[in-house]
Amino acid sequence: MKKIIFLIYVCLFIFNWGKAWSLIEVDITRGNLNPLPLAVSPLSVDQNSREKFKDLLKLDDIGLEISKVVENNLRQSGLFNPLDQKAFLQKPDIAHIKPRFEDWALIKAQALITGEVKIVEEKLRVEFRLWDVLAGKEIMALAFTTVSENWRRVGHIITDKVYQRLTGEKGYFDTRIIYVAEEGLKTSRIKKLAIMDQDGYNTKYLTLGNELVLTPRFNPTNQMVTYLSYFKNLPRVYLLDIETGIQEVVGDFPGMTFAPRFSPNGKKIIMSFAKDGNSDIYTMDLESREVEKITNHPSIDTSPSYSPDGKYICFNSDRSGYQQIYVMRSDGSKVKRISFGNGLYGTPVWSPRGDLIAFTKLHKGKFYIGVMRTDGTGERLLTENYYQEAPSWSPNGRVLIFYRETKSDSAGKGFSAKLWSIDLTGYNERMVKTETDASDPSWSSLLTD
Amino acid sequence: MNLNKIFRNTLLVISASILLSACAVKTTGKMQGDVYTGKDTVEYLASGVPDRVFFATNETVLTTASRETLRKQASWLRKNSKINVVLEGHADERGTREYNLALGERRANAAKDYLMTYGISGNRISVISYGKERPVDSGSNPLAWSKNRRSVTVKAN
Repeated sequence: MKKIIFLIYVCLFIFNWGKAWSLIEVDITRGNLNPLPLAVSPLSVDQNSREKFKDLLKLDDIGLEISKVVENNLRQSGLFNPLDQKAFLQKPDIAHIKPRFEDWALIKAQALITGEVKIVEEKLRVEFRLWDVLAGKEIMALAFTTVSENWRRVGHIITDKVYQRLTGEKGYFDTRIIYVAEEGLKTSRIKKLAIMDQDGYNTKYLTLGNELVLTPRFNPTNQMVTYLSYFKNLPRVYLLDIETGIQEVVGDFPGMTFAPRFSPNGKKIIMSFAKDGNSDIYTMDLESREVEKITNHPSIDTSPSYSPDGKYICFNSDRSGYQQIYVMRSDGSKVKRISFGNGLYGTPVWSPRGDLIAFTKLHKGKFYIGVMRTDGTGERLLTENYYQEAPSWSPNGRVLIFYRETKSDSAGKGFSAKLWSIDLTGYNERMVKTETDASDPSWSSLLTD
Repeated sequence: MNLNKIFRNTLLVISASILLSACAVKTTGKMQGDVYTGKDTVEYLASGVPDRVFFATNETVLTTASRETLRKQASWLRKNSKINVVLEGHADERGTREYNLALGERRANAAKDYLMTYGISGNRISVISYGKERPVDSGSNPLAWSKNRRSVTVKAN
């Protein structure tokens, strides 16, 4: 009898606990066709702070602007449906202190984000709260301070926190994309390295376009970039310090080096070196400058990418006669082919979660972005197009960014290159806004973790 | 009756051989198989010395026509021993960027190896791959792609 009562007690406890947790929850493992309706209230700003921000940033209402950043992020994620601010009944300052939940429930909001921005010692201080409208309670509150120029990042950090609280997984909004900005004719394209916030704002160009540049990739701390440059018509892998702008050639190879990436600890660069018609995979230790040959095969071996624990490398090889995906230990041993479907496979990239490899597939004249498990099983194609390739993972492993090119005639008419993103679920395919044509995107890790 | 049968059989054999030859090497306009055979993108290093050779999709094997072109280049290089060359290898746009860089390098090296077997010193030849970065024809069609799958010999000095 006692046992039964105890069991009931435990069940009740679990039930209650489960309920408390699942009030609002967003499932991100499936395509979300019913995004969660929520309200992002403009952040409230007192008169004095508002004037100061106006002077500093030339923004009429910084509270409104930050809320728009959050709103846009949440909408782009495909998981949330931010409601029209015009329908809001409560003023931002009052809502932040004590929301009238009936008002928010009336417009069908299930969650509410409120906040307050002010100037404290010349810095921007923000405080925000996430409310569960149906349960009628606060479920998160956070405050932080930053330089006021970082006001867009404030919006991204808020989004990350909200996303994490509601989905149970880390966000990907306070991140940047490095890519190749493209201009001019297809036959003599001008390419520059460019960097921007994940939502397309704050674009900066890192090279002038005097030489061809390709395939930039971040190091784990997002301070360095490795890429391919045709400087002096010698295609070589370079290393660029984003803050200082200092660039250097990686290693002293008597031929083309290409397809570079950092190792997960950032200490090595892995890349291909082509000599006498044969491309093999090499690593170079950035500190000791020691070069190590990883593959040794008369076929083309390229596009290497480490597993997040650094123990394995996936890469692209045509040793079977055609482009396929292989996995090996990081010392080059135990090479195993993992792609066996119809068509050609390229650009394997290991997921930051470690469980999947994203790739480009070419089959019957169409290009696909897909994912498979690291043993090659469970292949899933996410999107089909005339031309698209080079996926890069969001830091939480939920979204892929890649580039897509359109068909053109012999004069180049109709040609464009754009960045696109798609969820791992195969849903929520979107064009990513860029100032110019763009290709070769690479997603940074979270800037604040 | 018999004649009729023979006639019919002959017709069958003829049509079959037409079909077969169509399968083996399809020559359509400026392509043989999918290797470009036209002249309109070709430039000349000297009179009668074409500057480029073309490749089939995903291939780095030199065709008979390519070998003939390279033999002409080799004899021109032998006569002009002060001239060095760069072999620029290219791929069409129907591949991934990184693999195409490797493919372009392999194509240029296929041409380089052939020049060397005809007595041109490897010191006079350098190689660069542009992958799919520098097409000559912007078109998104098989003919344009065939023009872009190439190795071009360019004077270096």
